[in-house]
Amino acid sequence: MRTIKALTVMAAMAFLAACSSSQQAAVPASTTVTPGSVADFKQNVGDRVYFDTDLSGVRPDGRATLDKQATWLKQYTNYPITVEGKCDERGTREYNLALGERRANAVKQYLIAQGIPASRIQTISYGKERPEVLGSDEGAWARNRVGITVLQ
Amino acid sequence: MMHFSHLRTMLCAAALAAVAVPAHAQLTIDMTKPSFEPVPIAIVDFAGDPMGGQIAEVIRNDLQNCGLFRSISPGSFIERNINANAAPRFPDWRSIGAQGLVVGQIAQVGGNIKVDFRLWDVVVGQQATGLSFTSQPNNWRRLGHIIADAIYKRVTGEEGYFDSRVAYVSETGSVSNRTKRIAIMDQDGANNRYITDGRTPAVTPRFSPTLQELVYMAFSDNNSPPKVYLQNVDSGRRELLGNFPGMSLSPRFSPDGSRVAMSLSKDGRTNLYEMDLRGQNLRRLTNSPAIDTSPSYSPDGTQIVFNSDRGGSQQLYVMGAGGGGDRRVSFGDGRYATPVWSPRGDYIAFTKITGGSFGIGVMRPDGSGERMLASGFLVEGPTWAPNGRVLMYFSQQPNSGGGAASLQQIDITGRFGRQVPTPTSASDPAWSPLIPQ
Repeated sequence: MRTIKALTVMAAMAFLAACSSSQQAAVPASTTVTPGSVADFKQNVGDRVYFDTDLSGVRPDGRATLDKQATWLKQYTNYPITVEGKCDERGTREYNLALGERRANAVKQYLIAQGIPASRIQTISYGKERPEVLGSDEGAWARNRVGITVLQ
Repeated sequence: MMHFSHLRTMLCAAALAAVAVPAHAQLTIDMTKPSFEPVPIAIVDFAGDPMGGQIAEVIRNDLQNCGLFRSISPGSFIERNINANAAPRFPDWRSIGAQGLVVGQIAQVGGNIKVDFRLWDVVVGQQATGLSFTSQPNNWRRLGHIIADAIYKRVTGEEGYFDSRVAYVSETGSVSNRTKRIAIMDQDGANNRYITDGRTPAVTPRFSPTLQELVYMAFSDNNSPPKVYLQNVDSGRRELLGNFPGMSLSPRFSPDGSRVAMSLSKDGRTNLYEMDLRGQNLRRLTNSPAIDTSPSYSPDGTQIVFNSDRGGSQQLYVMGAGGGGDRRVSFGDGRYATPVWSPRGDYIAFTKITGGSFGIGVMRPDGSGERMLASGFLVEGPTWAPNGRVLMYFSQQPNSGGGAASLQQIDITGRFGRQVPTPTSASDPAWSPLIPQ
């Protein structure tokens, strides 16, 4: 997903560059992002981890992402963080709000254990109210069982 | 703009003297019988005022939609210009298959209207019931519902539910950024109006016993967690129900309206609390590392059924209303959620998730006698009609298909289901008690 997103951004930038090239021929099309920027965090670190159905434990692939997040966040300390917890559509509204909170908290606790101050991290659950991905198959549901580290 | 102030307007009811000698009538429905035909009933436009046709139409819709009656088309009526205060020509009504006949008369009394109606048992040729109501003219829809309730009660022996309202979540816009507003309408879909402005999503509305207040959960403008609010439906004034760190959710009034049970979420734990609305005192009801949510009081206020995953998967538990004495009551396959105690106390309705399917079911409060009433890709959130014999819930299409949601109604036998009309996509229905008269 991250790769796809990055490609989309690149394509969009290339498109913009192509459109404006007649007037601003001197500006080169570039896919590099400023180190320490939100875009840098999303593209080069990864802003989200995924969860198994009905569970809120951080998976091994998620731990690798969160380790990278912690390293980055310790280097760039100016961002307050909100962790958003979300769920797929295969649960009830109230329970999923609580499950999303539990997922967001799992991410928060992992980051705290890696040395990020608790005071820097807020959590919010969207339950199944704001899915990241449209779709009603296992692939879409897997992408909607997510904890997203949002830089303010 | 419609206001609830008319709830408190004068509404007088009196029994109407029988025209014929009372006798044991045949016009009855036993709802517990395994099968029966809907009772054919003829409802004549009420005489004496143009609104008589509108009142009759409200009654026809109510009775037809509950599944127990079949409203005979007025076009097939033989006896015309019927006198509401004299016996009808029974053979005319028998010949079109009617078993019940409803007639009415409207009179202006000062600034009020007086509505008399009679239900005739056509089979035996007797008056089954007759009542007279006096109220303000703008109450005509309510009068129709109240008369339909009287007919329902006379024929089934059960209290009616037509003079009631439904709060729900109106959903518009795309799946990923949907506007969710709390709305209120009459049970039959009339008089729809919005309670929240939709600036931030609001979900899970619940009525107070007086219908004057709603509790619900709403997100905020900034990134802070969603919270439970209490809102007066007349004035629109709303207040945050307690100021806690973390999220509050799944509110529900106690049967006497003095307390609200809800979940508070913090640090990955979601536990149940009860707030006393007068003193705003908060009392903890559960203390587990699990998710405890969706509380619902027994009608006598002594117990609470709720949803918890403390045993590893979502199941239903019952505890004392002050907390403690928790016991699991759901033991079937799958996950159980959103329990709601019937206002009669005899059943708990719930959402059940088994494999890839969702269902709406009922069980006895001790967990026995589980029966499934409806199923679908995503059906969720049952709520009881005031008589405890009909449920509403919502059905949602897959997100891949746009995620449209609709309100659905089903009777407790599972025989009569229908979609409830709403102006927009709709979820989270909450049925009110009968409107106080």
